[in-house]
Amino acid sequence: MLQDITLGQFFPGTSFLHRMDPRVKIGLLFLLIVLVFLCNTAPTYGLLGAFTLFLMLRSHVPMRMMLKSLRPLVWIILFTFLIHLCSHPGELIAQLGPFEITKEGLQQGIFISLRLVFLILLSSLLTFTTSPLKLTDAMERILSPGKKIGLPAHELAMMMTIALRFVPTLIEETDKIMKAQAARGSDFASGNILQRLKGFVPVLVPLFLSAFRRADELAMAMEARCYHGGEGRTQMKSLKAGRLDYMACSSMAVLTGLLLYLRFSMQ
Amino acid sequence: MSIRLEDVSYTYMRGTPFEKTALQHVSLSIEEGSFVAIAGHTGSGKSTLVQHLAGLIAPTGGRVLVDDVDLSDTSRAGKAAAKEARRKVGMVFQYPEHQLFEETVEADIAFGPRNLGCSEKEIAERVHAAMELVGLDYDTYHAQPPFQMSGGQKRRAAIAGVLAMKPKYLILDEPTAGLDPAGREKMLKEIRALHKKHGFTIVLVSHSMEDIARFAERMLVLRKGTCVLDDAPSNVFRQTELLEQSGLRPPQVTRFLQMLRRKGLEVPVDAITFEEGLKAILKAVQQ
Repeated sequence: MLQDITLGQFFPGTSFLHRMDPRVKIGLLFLLIVLVFLCNTAPTYGLLGAFTLFLMLRSHVPMRMMLKSLRPLVWIILFTFLIHLCSHPGELIAQLGPFEITKEGLQQGIFISLRLVFLILLSSLLTFTTSPLKLTDAMERILSPGKKIGLPAHELAMMMTIALRFVPTLIEETDKIMKAQAARGSDFASGNILQRLKGFVPVLVPLFLSAFRRADELAMAMEARCYHGGEGRTQMKSLKAGRLDYMACSSMAVLTGLLLYLRFSMQ
Repeated sequence: MSIRLEDVSYTYMRGTPFEKTALQHVSLSIEEGSFVAIAGHTGSGKSTLVQHLAGLIAPTGGRVLVDDVDLSDTSRAGKAAAKEARRKVGMVFQYPEHQLFEETVEADIAFGPRNLGCSEKEIAERVHAAMELVGLDYDTYHAQPPFQMSGGQKRRAAIAGVLAMKPKYLILDEPTAGLDPAGREKMLKEIRALHKKHGFTIVLVSHSMEDIARFAERMLVLRKGTCVLDDAPSNVFRQTELLEQSGLRPPQVTRFLQMLRRKGLEVPVDAITFEEGLKAILKAVQQ
């Protein structure tokens, strides 16, 4: 029933995107997002599009899976496109009732939609190629300067790690409880909303009980091993930026330079 | 009448990189009235197999028939029959007490019959009968909150919840896990009574070869999603090599007899229970 759910959308692999330091990946993603907003002409969009496509191909994540991540936002993209299509004054191409479609509107519509598509594809590339644990690890390191002003970076990351760790366990547990209650004639799929919600009580009560039991046991086990927060803790697999990451940074620098050049001098 | 698996295969998370085959072309049948044990190493596919028997998951290949009704029949006529057939199989998961949720034992046991749409009178009868079957005294326990009972009692209450569905076939996934020795013994005797006295067909998943030797009439050994051995326990335990490849060992008694024989005492090594072993040794010593 439930076991077919994947956590996040991490897709295991060995491409260079998978092997990069997650901190560098997050940093470069932010830079790329800024670059996306700097685009304003066909050549700049073309350059960024080509780069995105290159990353997508090299990530070895199936194209189908990546395009799927666009699906939830298809309507927003379409809506944006239509709004821009009809709201720019300029050379008239067609007239639909009160809406005037102009050449500039068409161009702007395509550009803005592309911007959204790039944003989604690039950020899903990060989550496709980085395991959730690596992501939280990188978050901790990125947030750690905030410790000076009292930001509990380690605790936040630990909470996220534990939450992520227990998602599959709880899914499994839910699946088992649902099966057990289904075997006793529970019906989760029919009736109106109220009846369905009521049908979930026999699942939710045992599920909460088991979550509390697990939390209790985990806290006990952590204390028994003298866990006391982030102070002075080191990591078994410490993040280390390597040659690959420096190469990625330099490529990004070249891309940024090229894009800035295209934007400011080719007008 | 039987539960029959015909060339059943099952793959988890099909079509993703996390794909995992749990069962491969398994064909077997569980006859009505028998007591069958299923053994195998962790991850050998036992749980997946018993969930198929109960119709809780549909095979990705092959079919499951309960009393000749295909459980995964999705045609309009077949669906109702499949639902009816599924009801004949009761499934007791590992740690069933984790699935208790009502405020009193009685209400929890009544959950199943109520879902079936039984009348209040029938529900009360079924609750009484089910509690008696598992050895819980109705007057003492019916109004108790299950969360305050001991581990063994909670488990009994949970099993009663399944029995109240009046299944013909009862599948138990390690019903003695986590119980103390006295509790284990009592639970096993009750399961045997369900089989002998009340005519339930029992499918027992167990890690204890001793328990299997004492109670089961037939045992299946699973390895990597296939059924490698299917015979009476005394025959299965003779296949020491195959057993070991499957991560299992014959019962202690059998191994002890094998050791005695290696040391030179002429004893037959086909005894699998303590009593049989004792008799064999006495006889050998007297000679």
